[in-house]
Amino acid sequence: MSKRLLVNVFENEHDIIHATRTAREEGYTIVDVYTPFAVHGLDEAMGLKPSRLGWVCFALGLTGAIAKLWFQIWTSSQSWPVNVGGKPLSSVPAFVPVTFEIMVLFAGVGTVLTFFALRKLFPGKKPKVLYEGATNHRFILVLEQRDAAFDLHNVRTMFERFHLVAMEERIEKEEQ
Amino acid sequence: MSEVYSILREPLIGGNKTYTDITNDVCSPLERKPTYAWWFAFTISFTMLMAGVIAVTYLLTTGIGTWGLNNTIGWAFDITNFVFWIGIGHAGTLISAILFLFRQKWRTSVNRSAEAMTIFAVICAGIFPIIHMGRPWLAFFVIPYPNERGPLWVNFRSPLVWDMFAISTYFTISFVFWFVGLIPDLATIRDRAQSNFKRKIFGLLSFGWNGSNRTWSHYEKIYLLLAGLATPLVVSVHTIVSWDFATSVIPGWHTTIFPPYFVAGAVFSGFAMVLTLMLIVRKVLRFEEYITLHHVESMCKIIIATGGIVSMAYGTEYFIALYSGNEYEKFTFLNRALGPYSWSYWIMVSCNVITPQLFWFKNIRRNVALVFLLSIVINIGMWFERFVIITTSLTRDYLPASWDSYSPTSIEIATLVGSFGLFLTLFLLFARFLPMIAIGEVKGVLSYGRNKNGEHQ
Repeated sequence: MSKRLLVNVFENEHDIIHATRTAREEGYTIVDVYTPFAVHGLDEAMGLKPSRLGWVCFALGLTGAIAKLWFQIWTSSQSWPVNVGGKPLSSVPAFVPVTFEIMVLFAGVGTVLTFFALRKLFPGKKPKVLYEGATNHRFILVLEQRDAAFDLHNVRTMFERFHLVAMEERIEKEEQ
Repeated sequence: MSEVYSILREPLIGGNKTYTDITNDVCSPLERKPTYAWWFAFTISFTMLMAGVIAVTYLLTTGIGTWGLNNTIGWAFDITNFVFWIGIGHAGTLISAILFLFRQKWRTSVNRSAEAMTIFAVICAGIFPIIHMGRPWLAFFVIPYPNERGPLWVNFRSPLVWDMFAISTYFTISFVFWFVGLIPDLATIRDRAQSNFKRKIFGLLSFGWNGSNRTWSHYEKIYLLLAGLATPLVVSVHTIVSWDFATSVIPGWHTTIFPPYFVAGAVFSGFAMVLTLMLIVRKVLRFEEYITLHHVESMCKIIIATGGIVSMAYGTEYFIALYSGNEYEKFTFLNRALGPYSWSYWIMVSCNVITPQLFWFKNIRRNVALVFLLSIVINIGMWFERFVIITTSLTRDYLPASWDSYSPTSIEIATLVGSFGLFLTLFLLFARFLPMIAIGEVKGVLSYGRNKNGEHQ
């Protein structure tokens, strides 16, 4: 099944926020918004839920810390115990710095990899570009034309007051 | 919210730029042929790097005896350089992570270069402990891996092992942070690339970025998370570096003040280096409207603050040494100021305590040439700080019979020159091939200090 998309182009961050909010309030289906930088307030205007990557980060950090602490205790007191200056074999306070470093390493690298996987970003991926300029100076709102009630004229009137720059229709094959 | 317009503050970006202007300004140095100035700088840096390569090759084929070390002074020039470079790196993380958490929006003009500086400085730093090992081809022994010697594991109670973990984590996280920040800008370059080759390379590196807000939403989150992780990380790294000294029993090293003292010193020296580099970049690439006098001033103010902490630490060290009643501690500190290496001590004090005080004056903070000069003075001072701490303590330890003196050989000096060569070569390549200013982030702060029509009255 193919989708009928409507690409609406704006020229600044304030217009895109208002246009997006209006479109959502009017009940249009927002496919996505493409912007050259992270526009604050746009998530809320689009009705996006806050990212839950924080929990992923927390879980990864905890995993790294526990694994490394266990590894240090195991190597120092089980696998090959070495008496260093009469210190206890399992000297947990001395294990804190490395545990901390590995926690940060797991949490940081793991969260970024999760983000890449979640948004299907990988080296050499062909970007999906519906309208040129989203990485330079254009703010692009993409709506889906779902039913016969979708009236281009109404949309144009709705967006005209937000300084609409261009409006184009696209047909997209299934596969988002 | 984005609805609030204020023209009370100075805009962060000068010259009524549009979004396209920003893209053009930042990308144009990458798209034109390198200038003569660039080739000149590159030739010098590369020559310096080669001097270092020759010195290190000689060291590796001959041995540590080519250095001026002796039985008493086991650490000197090499470890001084290591601590110096690690310190330089810290300002980059401070700008990218800590100032981000504090919502200091001016950071957007300098964070990309400062982060790159961090990465290059950590590369320079990492070389020194490895070549100091004597048998650097066995450097991988510091990594705990299942081996045929038992398996014999590393000693996790040793600060040197902590250091290995701290530095490698620091490098990895700094690199990831920098790269994640670069992705949207790499996509910008990809989309405006003229040649097919360039489009392919940047297409590969930009991970198919298209500016989707569903992606931006998660991106902002991971940026915040990385900043939150990098902040304690940067503190931990120099803390652990200071533990290399503080956990020993050498007078002058064995003090609890070391971690905060080292961290403040690192940020202090790092900001001096950021200023040195940025003032050149801003002039050569004509980024005066992006890196404004406001930015220069803000960095000078951070130097006053961290310089103040460092001066305070110098004073505290003396007070504790004299007040503790510990003979050895007392002697070490008097020896620093009055002994055979007192010249290096007084260079340190004059560069690090007196110089930053000049930044209290607004006229000095806004005088670019003077700030540039003073930033170099601070760099020199901070190098000497590490030299003073490491060398003076070792030359005069507990037993007068083992006292000795130290002076660097030409090989050691060539290695230091080479590390500067490596740092500058990498930085020049970065300036040539990647955007030096975070295009996406600067666009995000463009409306700061302007009204709805983008003007500042």
